Amino acid sequence: MSGPPIEVNNVSKRFRLYHERNQSVKAMVMRGGRARYDEFWALDDVSFEVSQGTTFALVGENGSGKSTMLKCLARILRPDKGSLEVRGKMSALLELGAGFHPELSGRENVFLNGSILGLSKKQLESRFDEIVEFAGLERFIDMPVKNYSSGMYVRLGFSVAINVDPEVLLVDEVLAVGDEQFQRKCLERVAELRESGKTIVVVTHSLATVRNLCDEAAWLEHGVVRKVGPAGEVADAYLGEAHVDREVDEKSHGTRWGTGDVRLTGVELVDARGQVTENVHTGDAVSFRLHYEAARPIPRPVFGLGVYTAEGVQVTGPNTRQADVWVDKIEGAGTVDLRVDPLLLLPGSYIISAAVTDETISHTFDHRHRAFHFDVQPGTPHETFGGVISFNGRWAVDGRG
Amino acid sequence: MTKLQEITSRRELFVNLTLRELRGKYKRSALGWLWSLLNPLTTMLLFSFVFRYFLRVDPPVGDPSGLHFFAFFLMCGLLPFNFLSQSLTGGMASLIGNANLVKKTYFPREILVAANTASWLVSFLIELSLLAVALLFVGNVAFVWLPAILMLIVIQTMFVGGLALMLSAAAVYFRDLEHLVGIVMQAWFYTAPIVYPISYVTNQVKKDSIWWTIYNLNPLTRFVEAYRDFFYNLRWPPADQLAYIVVVSVITLIAGYLVFGRLEGRMAEEL
Repeated sequence: MSGPPIEVNNVSKRFRLYHERNQSVKAMVMRGGRARYDEFWALDDVSFEVSQGTTFALVGENGSGKSTMLKCLARILRPDKGSLEVRGKMSALLELGAGFHPELSGRENVFLNGSILGLSKKQLESRFDEIVEFAGLERFIDMPVKNYSSGMYVRLGFSVAINVDPEVLLVDEVLAVGDEQFQRKCLERVAELRESGKTIVVVTHSLATVRNLCDEAAWLEHGVVRKVGPAGEVADAYLGEAHVDREVDEKSHGTRWGTGDVRLTGVELVDARGQVTENVHTGDAVSFRLHYEAARPIPRPVFGLGVYTAEGVQVTGPNTRQADVWVDKIEGAGTVDLRVDPLLLLPGSYIISAAVTDETISHTFDHRHRAFHFDVQPGTPHETFGGVISFNGRWAVDGRG
Repeated sequence: MTKLQEITSRRELFVNLTLRELRGKYKRSALGWLWSLLNPLTTMLLFSFVFRYFLRVDPPVGDPSGLHFFAFFLMCGLLPFNFLSQSLTGGMASLIGNANLVKKTYFPREILVAANTASWLVSFLIELSLLAVALLFVGNVAFVWLPAILMLIVIQTMFVGGLALMLSAAAVYFRDLEHLVGIVMQAWFYTAPIVYPISYVTNQVKKDSIWWTIYNLNPLTRFVEAYRDFFYNLRWPPADQLAYIVVVSVITLIAGYLVFGRLEGRMAEEL
């Protein structure tokens, strides 16, 4: 092989937005010509290289063109300008189980799907047991897949795709499917591939994935590359700027207010080892990390958080004033951590508001109302009888316990 | 790797997709494969009644076979027509119906259309074999012509495949194309000598008229006549007519491949 496994040179991709939903011969005859359409560039002069053995992330907001880029790499879409080259056997995990035929059995579908992905019958036969075992579907493999649950369907799809044994693997956030146990299995498998020197491209908007799983990243915005480089740097830049750019938008929705002298640019969860995470469990030690940027020196600021359940009930609302934590002055970018050990929230989805105000709390620099979101997974203490938090209490019956 | 090399390197996928089409077609029905035979049989019975007994269509006497039997005369034309018609209809649905494959995975898209045509080819071969067996009972030993018949089938498959490639790609961009093609197929059926002998046409139009030329340029006419020569008359079709359909078929296949290649670029977006 000559050159890096993935080379993208000045790639542009144009989409057509038709004025009518479906084109038809009838419409063409009536109009007397081809349909009118607007053009928009989903990718505009994108260039990057991915070197051998690198795990590369494409990050960006929805509509930034990151999935379009991945589809171009997968050869599903053809760029209008520029050139791209993928060297070596490629497997794309864009949608698991695409091409399964509902009437056919799991076994037949493994062979069909495998051959779509480029495996020969011989290769499939030798890997068949492994594929079925990985999916955990030994008992159901001769059943038509129309009788599968959606979880089983996806598991079989992933299992086939991952067993293609690619040199280049393209992944589009499909890993966020299936039950937790299977997700972990998938991540382990991807990590294995990574360790064995395969080249991986992941499309994601999870910065935790970028920081923890990837070596390098490209940040796309409206089809243009904003930054390419080491994953950590790109993630920082993305976190720093992407959210600021959205500010106007959010203000108009009434979810953000303040003078803007200090801006809260993001909230992250950090685990005990100091890694950014999106996967926290009841009982874990975590820190809520606020990223701020002060446009001018601000004396004695107050930072605060509000944590809400998905239903909107506030769980807690700590701030640095009441905790009596003061800094003389902030300037430029920085972070504020609220360390919580153990986290006593029970499993569920939670929403965070964050605010920064002056010393008196009467003057708001930036308030981001319900702007962030995180999930808590089951951990210890383990409780399944409802509620929002655990008391982490200790029982004693008749004085014994 | 050129496109053609890529397509040929995915033979296994082609076979698997063909098997999928075949299995999927009849899997859920109690009669299974019998359905594929029931359809032409029913048409044969209906057409025999309507055209032979009500409309008094008189099939020609086979030369040199001496066979004089409307149902056989009909089937020699109806089966190749069904192969054409089903492949085109199925071909147009093959990309749209597999939109999730086209949008989420990569492989040469021609294979989807080819697999669909191949699945109808399998049905066609079975039907033709049964026809040949049935013909044995009336003394027509068509098997002698087997190599030549196979060649004819290969030529027709090229023609059918080329058209299917063109129409399937166009159908992605024009969703009502299948209705239009439905109408065209109906016209095509009656403008070829399938339910009536070609002598009925020469009775009405002069042999040196432009209409007769146009009628004869219809490749389906030539295919039907060629199949009939092998199965019904037991003789070689005229060499010039064979040459004509070979040329037309090769051109159609190449044109289909090129048109498909041109339209392929934005397929995943349009689906």
